[in-house]
Amino acid sequence: MSEALIRVENLWRRFDVSKPWLNRVIEREERQFLTAVADVNFEIRKGETFALVGESGSGKSTIAKMVVGLIPASSGRILFDGTPMTGTVGADMRAIRRRFQMIFQDPFASLNPRWHVGDIIAEPIHTFGLASGADAANQVGKLLDTVGLSAKDAEKYPHEFSGGQRQRIAIARALSSRPEFIVCDEPTSALDVSVQAQILNLMRDLQDELGLTYLFISHDLSVVRHMANRIGVLYLGRLVEVSEGKSLFRQPQHPYTRMLLDAVPDLAMSGRRRKPVEGEIPNPINPPSGCAFHPRCPVAMDRCKVEAPKDRDTPIGRAACFALEMQPA
Amino acid sequence: MNSFARAWDSDIAYSFRRSPVAILATLVSLAIILPAIFAPLLAPYDPFNPASLNLMDGFTPPGEPNAFTGNVFLLGTDNQGRDILSAILYGARISLFVGFSAVLFGMVLGITLGLLAGWRGGWVDSLLMRIADVQMSFPSILIALLIFGVARGFIPQDMREELAIWVLIVSIGLSEWVPFARVVRGSTMVEKNKEYVQAARVIGVHPARIVSTHILPNVLGPVLVIATIHLALAIIAEATLSFLGVGVPPTQPSLGTLIRIGQGFLFSGEWWILLFPAVTLLALALSVNLLGDWLRDALNPRLR
Repeated sequence: MSEALIRVENLWRRFDVSKPWLNRVIEREERQFLTAVADVNFEIRKGETFALVGESGSGKSTIAKMVVGLIPASSGRILFDGTPMTGTVGADMRAIRRRFQMIFQDPFASLNPRWHVGDIIAEPIHTFGLASGADAANQVGKLLDTVGLSAKDAEKYPHEFSGGQRQRIAIARALSSRPEFIVCDEPTSALDVSVQAQILNLMRDLQDELGLTYLFISHDLSVVRHMANRIGVLYLGRLVEVSEGKSLFRQPQHPYTRMLLDAVPDLAMSGRRRKPVEGEIPNPINPPSGCAFHPRCPVAMDRCKVEAPKDRDTPIGRAACFALEMQPA
Repeated sequence: MNSFARAWDSDIAYSFRRSPVAILATLVSLAIILPAIFAPLLAPYDPFNPASLNLMDGFTPPGEPNAFTGNVFLLGTDNQGRDILSAILYGARISLFVGFSAVLFGMVLGITLGLLAGWRGGWVDSLLMRIADVQMSFPSILIALLIFGVARGFIPQDMREELAIWVLIVSIGLSEWVPFARVVRGSTMVEKNKEYVQAARVIGVHPARIVSTHILPNVLGPVLVIATIHLALAIIAEATLSFLGVGVPPTQPSLGTLIRIGQGFLFSGEWWILLFPAVTLLALALSVNLLGDWLRDALNPRLR
């Protein structure tokens, strides 16, 4: 593992969810903000797969969108290979944009239904002026070949393909600008279980072949276990634990991580009693005081209700929990 | 499979073949539109050339020889001896030209403003949609009358006659952009959040290019239906304005002008001057409207 390709520093994102101005004046309400991402720090090293996991509404996708610049951060910085993503404009930004790509969750929405597959895959090539004419068509054919489709498929429309094949097309598009870093926002959660493994293996093969770095967003722990070198666990927009992938499953540190792992269905029928995750993720407009997890935490103390825990090192990474400070590391 | 066979096999063609109303409406529309396009070749007389008119031919009943000249006119003549059949052919030409052009103008304007409102959102959206709301609260014929009157005020006297038809097109077009804009705005707001648009944004495609190449092709479906239905409305609007005497100049009578001329003689027994242009207008507007209704149902996946 070498130096960091992506560094996320003190990243915050608040959404304005206030009612319209007139309603606020009449109903005498304050402006309301939803904090989707609160003070998140992590780095992604070159060549690794960094996974973000968490329940619905934990801010996974918001972070992914901020990393690729689809939505601006409220505060904090995202550095791509040392260059800040905000404030970089023009040719410099174009040069950075060519180096990252995104694969989306829903392959039925991520391909323009009115475009030929060949044009979809060639769009980054044309946008960055990497090739044109027959040269571009040639590259599209090779990309289709790389992702396990046929070069002839370039003339078809997306609706002629199945979900898994569409996701292959989306991967081919993501690869077409020859990026180093790909953000994968739940790339398999819209697919059949039987197809998921094919897509995941394709992504791993491509990573080995092209030396790609992945930011992998998922709520599916078995998928994450298969893919990730390191895992960040998000709770209510806060990164509660970042650990080495394999170790996290063996010895989860944060109580929330433990809770998530206990809830995973067990196909081996080992007879282990599954503990459902208790309670629901709180309202992010009005988060709990202190540690955001304390209302659901089995080991919560009085201190957790007042004070927010800071990140501390654990044997396998870092986590933010007071309970971890009690026991010797 | 060649493209004709593919078109024949498509869902829409199947629905067309199964709908007697759509087939009949198409035949009636074509029976009016085609002769109107080829009016200079088909019309037995030139109704706009005063030199070719003989006042003695005036008020000839349809199919009967004139009492003085002995000339026979299939659909009779009006008070000035103009052949009604020729006048209808030329009149339908003008009505259709104004109708098509006005819908095209309103459609382009509506699509542009709808894309702008839907893509930008915020105050641009609020402003455009409030203008649309205000305009929708007036009958569109009143709006067209207002615009027509104001525009005529700005145009010098000697150019009014030749510009009248363009002013009419702009007035009717401006009075009908709202439904296009609303539908396009709604679809744009749905499409712009889809992931294929985000994929284009990630690679930094210029917004104008995203709107024109990604979003526009995906919002045009419903626009086609509105355009067809509004073609009938535009033809009726043109006829209404011409009937009221504010539309095309009397030297280029449209169907509406003919009806206005004809209604003056209805109670003195010369019924054919009113009846034939009115029936033509009715058949044209009705068949285009029925086609629009059929198209709306045929393109609605929930009704399949």
